[in-house]
Amino acid sequence: MKCRGKAHKFGKDINTDEIIPARYLHTSDPEELAKYCMMDADPDFVKKVKPGDIIVADENFGCGSSREHAPISIKAVGVSCVIAKSFARIFYRNVINIGLPVIVSKEASNDIRQGANIEVDTIKGLITDLDTGKKYKTEPYPEFLQKMIQVGGLMNYVTEKLKRTQKVNIVKEKVPAKKKVLKKH
Amino acid sequence: MGYTITEKILMAHTDKKDIAPGEFISAKLDFCLGNDITAPIAIHEFKRIGATKVFDRKKIGLIPDHFTPAKDMKSANQAKILADFAEEYNIPNYFEIGKMGVEHALLPERAIVKPGELIIGADSHTCTYGALGAFSCGVGSTDLAAAFATGECWFRVPEQIKFIYKGKLSKWVTGKDLILYTIGEIGVDGALYKTMEFTGEVIRKLPMDDRLSMCNMAIEAGAKNGIIEPDEITRKYVKEAMKKYKPEISSFKEYQSDKDARYSQVIEYDVSKIEPIVSAPHLPSNARSVRKFKDVKVDQVVIGSCTNGRISDLRIAAKILKGKRIKPWVRLIVLPATQQVYLDAVKEGLAKIFIQAGGIFSTPSCGPCLGGHLGILGEGEVAIATTNRNFVGRMGHPKSEVYLSNPAVAAASAIKGKITSPEVVE
Repeated sequence: MKCRGKAHKFGKDINTDEIIPARYLHTSDPEELAKYCMMDADPDFVKKVKPGDIIVADENFGCGSSREHAPISIKAVGVSCVIAKSFARIFYRNVINIGLPVIVSKEASNDIRQGANIEVDTIKGLITDLDTGKKYKTEPYPEFLQKMIQVGGLMNYVTEKLKRTQKVNIVKEKVPAKKKVLKKH
Repeated sequence: MGYTITEKILMAHTDKKDIAPGEFISAKLDFCLGNDITAPIAIHEFKRIGATKVFDRKKIGLIPDHFTPAKDMKSANQAKILADFAEEYNIPNYFEIGKMGVEHALLPERAIVKPGELIIGADSHTCTYGALGAFSCGVGSTDLAAAFATGECWFRVPEQIKFIYKGKLSKWVTGKDLILYTIGEIGVDGALYKTMEFTGEVIRKLPMDDRLSMCNMAIEAGAKNGIIEPDEITRKYVKEAMKKYKPEISSFKEYQSDKDARYSQVIEYDVSKIEPIVSAPHLPSNARSVRKFKDVKVDQVVIGSCTNGRISDLRIAAKILKGKRIKPWVRLIVLPATQQVYLDAVKEGLAKIFIQAGGIFSTPSCGPCLGGHLGILGEGEVAIATTNRNFVGRMGHPKSEVYLSNPAVAAASAIKGKITSPEVVE
């Protein structure tokens, strides 16, 4: 998969409270969460970001709370990939599980400038700064995670397993949580 | 080569005869939990794949503790998703208001989580139960959805760090101070993806509530889990909880680390010089001795949360506040973590002490800890709290500030209206 967009730089230890503050957590609707993405790290981020853009951060991106609302809001606002020097572990699990590409690269995180045009080949693990022409080769995902990514995330992986014991049939299109709530209550 | 307690628990929940750090495993779960923020997404995902059965209705916990009693209509709708799912699948460990407590205080208190077990929770502070000698860690909502359906979870076996605490604890220094000090030393990603195993003579004498505070904050150093080998203190705590809430259970599994277990790092601290610690905004790693904070005026003091809302925490705070009045500009908010803690605090006269000191004593909830409700900070306001995070905007306005401390420092600060060592007001 290839992602292409402008770089939005962030610093160290960007936590999930900054990515999506708790005051917006009374919903799990991706479209609603997208409106407040990165709110307490950069209140203007939502106005600046364009579909396909790439977040380039320093160390420990996504630390703190386990809220999946954080990667959901990043994905829903249109960010195609997150590059960082390192990721916090629950955030890393969450992005693998929901299918938001992330790539670890110290060098790319150091070099890439705010607003640079970036291309990422998530399968090859290759980052290209289209402005400077510089390429960054990164470590591929471990084999176990590659399998999960190939099938399209954890729930697809689980569905295959479950088919042996119960009737399950994954709904292809993700139904926004909001619609479901309204229908039910 | 031997194994650590963490490796032994993980291995016991797979078919494997050997495991090593870095390896990916799928392990069977003894318990999994979610709250009113994280479980709605898990339930949505569970239903999206058309799953019709939960793996074991008795091994699922649904605890609406974050925005409850529902702070607004949207939160009420989120909490209702848990209630409906619990009814649909006949889940006994659903805790409605009246039974509800802050999840990581409630589950150990009721012996729902026990030593030797493997537990995941869609809440980052799920690592708390390591204090009992269990492997527990926080995961996301999709992980929880998969757990509901399969009873399994994938893990990367973490590298192991051993922290040895030696010396004698000074007065007013608690488990909270040890963990804030440790995070200050290693940083908020100092144990990223790794296990923090706490041991040494200090830990062996440390009461269970303090151990729970320590393991609770392992995540603030980026750790996968915090853990303490079970001993007599563990056995006494768990047996009393089982007797009270789970008389049908009489045993649990204990694991100890082998003498020749592999650790990627061994870190020793002499605790004798450690004073009560305060972590300044906006990271838990900004930890310094309380005496270094001169003239930091506070608008609000919060005593509670999954870190420090247990009965021993309230006893410490009450000891400081007894017969005293807080400064008129200070809002003191005391939140017992569970209904049992609430009852005990009333019975022991602690509630009266807090109210007579000028504070409020409220129903269990995560409340202000994550900026939910029951005490949100306005622009420019400053709080000292016994909670676990002091990130930007954590307790309210993005331009507010949170300092983290133990209950004694928080109580002393309420009396003086500024960050204060408990020695000063004693």
